[in-house]
Amino acid sequence: MRWMKSEQIKEIVARLCIEANIRLREDILKALNFAYNQEKNLRAKRILEAIIENAKVSREKNLAICQDTGFPTVYMDIGQKIKIEGDLKRAVNKGVELGYREGFLRNSIVSDPLKRNKPGWKPAIIHIDLVRGDKIKITVLPKGFGCENKTRLKMFNPTASQREIKDFILETVKIAGPDACPPYVVGIGIGGTADYACLLAKKALLKKIKNHPDTEGVGTKIKTTNQNSKIYKLEKELLSEINKLNIGPMGLGGRTSALAVNIETYPTHIAGLPIAVNLSCHALRMATRVL
Amino acid sequence: MKKIKTPLDGKQITKLKAGNTVLLTGIIYTARDQAHKRLVRAINQKKKLPLDLKGQVFYYCGPTITPKGEPIGSCGPTTSSRMDIFSPAILRIGLKAMIGKGRRSEEVIEACKRYEAVYFLTYAGCAALLSQYVMAKRLIAYGDLGPEAIYELKVRDFPLIVGIDSHGKDIYERRCR
Ligand code: SF4
Repeated sequence: MRWMKSEQIKEIVARLCIEANIRLREDILKALNFAYNQEKNLRAKRILEAIIENAKVSREKNLAICQDTGFPTVYMDIGQKIKIEGDLKRAVNKGVELGYREGFLRNSIVSDPLKRNKPGWKPAIIHIDLVRGDKIKITVLPKGFGCENKTRLKMFNPTASQREIKDFILETVKIAGPDACPPYVVGIGIGGTADYACLLAKKALLKKIKNHPDTEGVGTKIKTTNQNSKIYKLEKELLSEINKLNIGPMGLGGRTSALAVNIETYPTHIAGLPIAVNLSCHALRMATRVL
Repeated sequence: MKKIKTPLDGKQITKLKAGNTVLLTGIIYTARDQAHKRLVRAINQKKKLPLDLKGQVFYYCGPTITPKGEPIGSCGPTTSSRMDIFSPAILRIGLKAMIGKGRRSEEVIEACKRYEAVYFLTYAGCAALLSQYVMAKRLIAYGDLGPEAIYELKVRDFPLIVGIDSHGKDIYERRCR
């Protein structure tokens, strides 16, 4: 048995909130630079340049990458051999508030969704998973709501064709169009139940995206780390179809409509096929630590 | 590249064409969902507004908390379409420009034409970069809304692209409709 104080977790969560909001993910930055080099549309190029410059300014001046510092979402994989002293969820929420205050991050959470009182920083959305071992992995994803608002779920028939599924995903990207800060990272959850597919779609955003210079076209050159080759093929096809939509940065055209497509799957019921799509804006922010 | 200064008048506005890049210097006011709701309610009830909107510019933005020693924190645009239901009423009483990101409704395009107003886009998701063009920030109204309050921002060469011009031309027309 390994003992850990919830106080320590609070501190780590606070640091992760700041880190996530101020330092753009390396893989995203790489993909943006890659897209910049590939882009032929001049206006799109200029916007990508501004996005890359923005990441630099935020890093150098310790400023939030985006004013929407998101709904802080905290994923915790906790080893079964760990015993936590104190109230874990309370510690996480306190850590979020501490980090957001210290980092001058925005208070965007209204405690009453209908009354819409003055916003604060808590509570976070907390997902806890029990895993083997004696380590604890904490990931903070501050997801902005411009793109969260574009999330879609569809319960397909189990006999649905791959074309129907693809069309639903493309339609979701088209509906978001210029409004949710493209170029996007497209998170897709396939399988499970309605709620679980949504969770998978968001979790897909946590996966690293990779530049892959030996295939064709800007979108298709960015490879995900999905090992399952059928899924990998689907990700690739979707990415290249999305990048033919000519949405482009800020929706003003260009070949860079998405930086990556990431898919997560789970077994599902014989009677259904849930598909959830969670889009992320180009400001896909995240920080992780293993204790 | 065109340079404009606030307050804006019809003459400056009508020269702007969808797709133009513009640098704006002067005063702009942040206002988003809840501030719009309150303003339109006040207009409907014929109550006095907390600021004179004639010739002014609204920026759909809720900045982060201002770091010590800085004029403002990160301050990029939020999704404009959420303000669509309120904008015509506000343009009617004299607002001349809006700054945000993404598409607008037919009603907003119509109102831009009717009231000689313009909708600007600015770099979406580039909030740290945009903060570098802001010299000062001051609370004007609805402080209880926190980041959604109305703040006056003094800006210099704030980078914009004309999204909808006063002739009703929309940069997203054909592209995304
Ligand atoms: S969609 Fe993303 S980049 Fe755009 S304003 Fe929201 S959080 Fe910022």
